[in-house]
Amino acid sequence: MDNETVGIPASEAEAADIISTARDAGVRLTITGRASKAGIGHPATAGARLSSAGLSGISLYEPSEMVIAAHAGTPLSELEAHLAASGQRLTFEPPNPAALFGNDGEQTVGGIVAANWSGPRRIQAGACRDSLIGVRFVNGRGEVVKTGGRVMKNVTGLDLVKLVAGSWGTLGFITEVTFKVAPVAEAETTLVLAGLDDRRAVAAMCHAMGSPYGVSGAAHVPGEGTADALTLIRLEGSAFSVAHRIRALTDYLIEHLAENPANHNGHSLLDADDSRAMWVGVRDCVPIARPQDRAIWRISTAPTRGPDVVHAIASQLDIRHFYDWSGGLVWVSTSSKGNAGEAIVRQAVAAHGGYATLIRAPMSVRESVPVFQPSSGPLARISVDLKRAFDPDAILEPGRMAAGV
Amino acid sequence: MSTIAFPAPDPAILARREAIWADLARLMPAGGLITSEEERRAFETDALAAYRQVPLAVVLPASTEEVSAVLAYCNREGVKVVPRGAGTSLAGGAIPQEDAVIIGLSRMRRVLEVDYPNRTARVEAGITNLAISDAVSADGFFYAPDPSSQLACTIAGNIAMNSGGAHCLKYGVTTNNLMGLRVVLMDGSIVDIGGDYLDSPGYDLLGLFTGSEGQLGIVTEATVRILPKAEGARPLLIGFASSEIAGACVTAIISAGIVPVALEFMDGPAIRICEDFAKAGYPVEAEALLIVEVEGSEAEIADELTKIEAIARQFNPLALRVSQSPAESAAIWKGRKSAFGAMGRIADYLCMDGTIPTGQLSLVLRRIAEICAENGVGVANIFHAGDGNLHPLILYEAAKPGDLERAEVAGAEVLKLCVDVGGCLTGEHGVGIEKRDLMSYQYNPVDLEQQMRARAVFDPRWLLNPAKVFPLEGRFQP
Repeated sequence: MDNETVGIPASEAEAADIISTARDAGVRLTITGRASKAGIGHPATAGARLSSAGLSGISLYEPSEMVIAAHAGTPLSELEAHLAASGQRLTFEPPNPAALFGNDGEQTVGGIVAANWSGPRRIQAGACRDSLIGVRFVNGRGEVVKTGGRVMKNVTGLDLVKLVAGSWGTLGFITEVTFKVAPVAEAETTLVLAGLDDRRAVAAMCHAMGSPYGVSGAAHVPGEGTADALTLIRLEGSAFSVAHRIRALTDYLIEHLAENPANHNGHSLLDADDSRAMWVGVRDCVPIARPQDRAIWRISTAPTRGPDVVHAIASQLDIRHFYDWSGGLVWVSTSSKGNAGEAIVRQAVAAHGGYATLIRAPMSVRESVPVFQPSSGPLARISVDLKRAFDPDAILEPGRMAAGV
Repeated sequence: MSTIAFPAPDPAILARREAIWADLARLMPAGGLITSEEERRAFETDALAAYRQVPLAVVLPASTEEVSAVLAYCNREGVKVVPRGAGTSLAGGAIPQEDAVIIGLSRMRRVLEVDYPNRTARVEAGITNLAISDAVSADGFFYAPDPSSQLACTIAGNIAMNSGGAHCLKYGVTTNNLMGLRVVLMDGSIVDIGGDYLDSPGYDLLGLFTGSEGQLGIVTEATVRILPKAEGARPLLIGFASSEIAGACVTAIISAGIVPVALEFMDGPAIRICEDFAKAGYPVEAEALLIVEVEGSEAEIADELTKIEAIARQFNPLALRVSQSPAESAAIWKGRKSAFGAMGRIADYLCMDGTIPTGQLSLVLRRIAEICAENGVGVANIFHAGDGNLHPLILYEAAKPGDLERAEVAGAEVLKLCVDVGGCLTGEHGVGIEKRDLMSYQYNPVDLEQQMRARAVFDPRWLLNPAKVFPLEGRFQP
């Protein structure tokens, strides 16, 4: 094995052999599925490529148990089609990377797990890692490891499932994943409030999230040019329930806005098709994805501090932004020149709490600034030691998340 | 005595007992250290009361800093530590060792901060599960995971075991409702993991700590997600002639795309024992009972209950009754949540906690009955039907020689059965000592070693709650 090799194992055992061989030869491995998110992270130093493309297919689907398992290279679209045929879906709404990265948007189920890739419904239904109930992977020793399983309640031993989710290939080559799933909601609608500024919008979204009406999405896209700012609040459920709750929620928010006077240009309701289309856009970062030569930061903070983070950055940089997760997920686009505003973004996050990930930037920027939020002290030591506990010779995506990880 | 082994206590530690007491006395304020034999004995077991070990000492810190001082000392001196919340573990997770210091969190139970717009509460980890909900209830919020022991159990223990409850079908278990932790590591260092925002920037240490059974560090503070209470909730009782029919009804409800907030199951013996205790109006003539709870406004509840009733009627229910009042709903839940206590009035029992794929329900219930009959012990089944988390209560008489051992043999066979059909040993109670020696039935040596390698990052010398979770043989030593 050398640095030019592309390994496409057809089985888990073959994947284990390839990793063992690479370990013996001291060859580093870049792990890919469809490479849709290959532009995230510190760029790989020279190494061979190990692809999950040969591990494909649904391995288990029991609709009445609300569980599905698939080999890691299975296209997400295939898994979602399988679920849809039985009226079910993944609850965490994984984003499609097409708008962000200008690719075809095809991604694998292993890839969404490795990235813990969650969308707008995360605030209600949890992240990818919350739906993930089992993983099989090959560690950096070339050993096949099973963690979790196919049942949704399982506290047997250490929860390595969570650790593997969001580890970007640095702990193991994922071979199979198992999710709990849920019925597709019979109905959905979105309440749109027009013309609110960021702080009023976040206050309204937090107010809605604190209501008993079961909000499954809360996003705010600021106005630009002649376009009004739009604050989006989604309800899903049975047709009867959604019709009932949307009336109650609208009254509740109109009352809130009356008590907290704000420039507000009215409200409207989106029907199911328009609602779906609107949330696909939020999910996929469409409002600020273009032009593609700008850098994109993804910042997680407490919802009410989202506008503070934005203010801190916007006072020093020319940015565009919007909010998801009731204000707690801030997508920010900056110039990709220099350090893509890294120091200013990190400073804003340090001041207001949370973390920032440089989701999109040219390779030269990602080579010079940390893409993931740097850690320090004992937590940094723990991350490095955990990496060693899975991959002692650092052959799996070394350095992608941080030095030593 | 029975079959689960404890490691032999370290004679060097036992010999230094008085010196260790003196050192701990310097670290802890007056009243924070317990050394008298009589008072230590109060900590000798938890809810797995068949096993007892009197600890070397008990410290009851009042702050993260005190926890840190004691852990740093124990780490330096090589003294084992057993963390303890309220001692309600059914798996023996809080049972001490003769050469270990208990660090109990019962003095750390304040609510530190409630943030309604961001829907979080920051609490000291010794607070009880129910006290969190009580603190935010007047403002219309609650903390979702609701283990049956929620009146007594602490959030620290819930985090250690990744506890669930009756309502986790909709709201998830502990790991899905946590946002941040303050943790003291074995060397005494204090770290903050996560915070009041979603997800973590690097490896998911929050996820790793949750369910780690006090083996990676001691959690002293937690930031939890609080949720707005539903407008209303109402349970429906459905009695069936057999467990098989009830299981088929559960499948039909979920296949219809309905996920109720709770979906609980009791078999005939459990129904009658609980009814006798709680007078909840359970149908005592039935051999299986489902408690199905739905939430929402009055109109939504009525709409959803109508759909569920229509499905249930296809399975010829012996009884079908919708709660008509909050008092009746409370009685129905009281019966379910006091099931273990009610059972304890008539027999000693071991509470199993395996999870199975729900499609295997009929087979598994039949095999559980056979296994218990073969071993000459009784059984009553109570479980979370929506997620397949079973709680067979294996009944025995402690006074009868050999009965506990027979119950343990039956219990182990039941748990192996859960694994055989694709499930796991424990859904929400944890491994503790109880299921430790079955771990190698669910996991192969490579799986277990990977877990132990991750564990070793935090506690390479096996000082933290070391008798638990991993079989005593073949332990990874870095």
